This record gives sequence, structure tokens and C-alpha cells, in this order.
Amino acid sequence: MLTPTQAIASIAVMSVVTFLTRALPFLLFDRGEHPPKLVLYLGKVLPPAIIAMLIVYCLRGSLSALEHLGGHLLEAGSLGQWLPAFLSVALVVVLHLWKKNNLLSIFGGTILYMVLVQQVFV
Amino acid sequence: MDRKTLSAAFPVTVPVLMGYLAIGMAFGFMLQAVGYNALWAFFMSVTIYAGSGQYLGVELLSTCAALSTVALMTLLINFRHLVYGLSMLEKFRGMGLRKGYMIFSLTDETYALLSSVQAPAGVDPRNFYFAIAMLDHSYWILGSVLGAVAGALLPVDTTGIDFAMTALFVVIAVEQWKTYRSHIPAILGAVVTLLCMTAVGVDNMLLPALAIIVVVLLSQRSRLDDAQAAEENGKEETVC
Repeated sequence: MLTPTQAIASIAVMSVVTFLTRALPFLLFDRGEHPPKLVLYLGKVLPPAIIAMLIVYCLRGSLSALEHLGGHLLEAGSLGQWLPAFLSVALVVVLHLWKKNNLLSIFGGTILYMVLVQQVFV
Repeated sequence: MDRKTLSAAFPVTVPVLMGYLAIGMAFGFMLQAVGYNALWAFFMSVTIYAGSGQYLGVELLSTCAALSTVALMTLLINFRHLVYGLSMLEKFRGMGLRKGYMIFSLTDETYALLSSVQAPAGVDPRNFYFAIAMLDHSYWILGSVLGAVAGALLPVDTTGIDFAMTALFVVIAVEQWKTYRSHIPAILGAVVTLLCMTAVGVDNMLLPALAIIVVVLLSQRSRLDDAQAAEENGKEETVC
């Protein structure tokens, strides 16, 4: 665990960087200049690419299990290393397409995941 | 801020109240689960104030990430704010000292409210926007502190609660998938990151993945940029 000083430093970095991402458009373009088209383009296409990247990052444990397990993927002892995450992601997608309710999708998926890792694939 | 402004702003923010209490509580719960109590939740929610950013923050704190990693990850997850700011330039003009706070508190939800609401007659729009921003922030702080306290008091096994972060990103991705005309950026982001994970391993995958994504997106601008395509000669766009 981080020392309190280190944790405060981390939080300060998060706080400053978050503020900068919010302030940058105001710092650059608040005097009436039109934002360069390249910036507008990146501002539009980067967010979905980054969210996809972060999803892969979040699932890295399960994905690298898939990579290492190879042919042993479907054995009883291996399922717990990757199946809970994929089932829960699938539930989030289905719930969200169906009910379009952020909270229901997030909590439904999280509860399924918690039940799977705590009770089913122990 | 007068009572009239507050009572005009409060009803507008009720959906955010519900959402922030729930998402904020899940954040506080996760934070408590990795060993940081309600005081830390309060401190983070007051100073950072970002939903997905703070979910990621839990992960960064619990894995003792280096400050450079913290900075990079925070930058990535908050990149979309750039677009929000661009469309708020006009709205925040002339707000004086409060403008700094308006910029600080420009979360997804507050942005959504500010883009859609109108101040009722007799209420100064500047005061109205400021009241909305402050109310939303206070809901977020309240939710995260409540979550951390509940996490400390309830004897619940919280193993797996960190999946809430993955779920939040999946929800954002589904929303983007429905709104965006081209799915190439999303697919590119996933494929490149997977390739980088296989090539350099899970610990070093993000920076090369991000670099490749930016380079490919820049090189494909003529295909993906609607504005540019429209400008060129109005030809059919090749988006899927």
C-alpha cells in the first residue's frame, strides 16, 4: 500500500490532470479563434478508441488467461479465470441495449460478476 | 446564491442526484475495499470530481501505480472533456471568478444538463448554471462518502466489486456505438490494444497502444472525418 504522502501525491496528479483536460479548450480557444479542424477531428474519433482500449485493459487478466490457457481453456479449473468477466460483460451489453438504464446495466453486471467469482467459480 | 435560483435548479438535477448517489456509493465502496476510508473518498471527490476517472483512481491507488502512469491514465480517460469544453465556451463567458469552478466541475452529467436546460424567467442563467454545478458536485461527494462508510460498516465480501469500472466503460462504449456513425475508431482501439498486450505484455501495453491508435487515426483522417469529407466534394462517405 502507498504511504499517505504518496497517495496524496497520486490524488493531486489525478486532480490537476483532470482539471487540465477540462480547462484546455478554454485556455486555447476562448479568445474567439476557431479550434483547428485536426483538434476537432481527434476530439471526435479518439474517445471511442480510448474507451475500447480501456475495456481491453480492464479485462487484461481474463484475456491473458485465454492466451496462456490455450487448449486447456474449457477445463473445469480454468473456466473461473476468464468466464466470469466475459459473462458479466455480455450481461451489461444485453441489459443496456434492452433497458437503456446506466445504473441497471452497471449494477446488474457487477452483481453477476461478484456472485460468479465468490460463489460459482471458487 | 438565492433561494429562488436554488429551487429552480434543484428539480433539473434530480436525475443526476439518483445517478451520482449510486455511482458515487459504488466508488466509495471500492475505495474502502482497497484500504482507503471515507476521508479519502471525500478528499478525492472534492478535488478530482470525475466518475470514470475516480474508478480508475481506485485501481491506480491499489496497484501503487507510478505518478507518470497516474498522469497518463487520467489524461486518457478524461480526453473526451476536450469536446465538452469546446461547446461550453459561449455559455461560461462572463461568469467571472465562478468560471474556474464551472470548468473544474464539467463532468459528463453536468455537461449534459448544461447543454439542455434553460434558466426559467426571472433567474439569471449564470447563477442557474453555477447552482446546477454545485448541486451535482455535492451529490457526488455525498454518494462517495456514504459508500465508503457503508463499506466499512457492512460485513460484505467485496471481491469482484471492481468490475463496476469495467461495466461503466462497457456502458459508455455501447452508448458510443449507437451514436457514432463510424465504428472504426472503437474497433481499432480494441484490436490495437489486444495486439500490444500480446506483443509487450499487460504491464506495458497502454503507451504503445495509444501511440499506434493516434497514428492510425491521423492517417485515416480523409476516410473518417465527416467534416473534411463533406468539404472535399460531398462524395459518399465510406463509413460502416
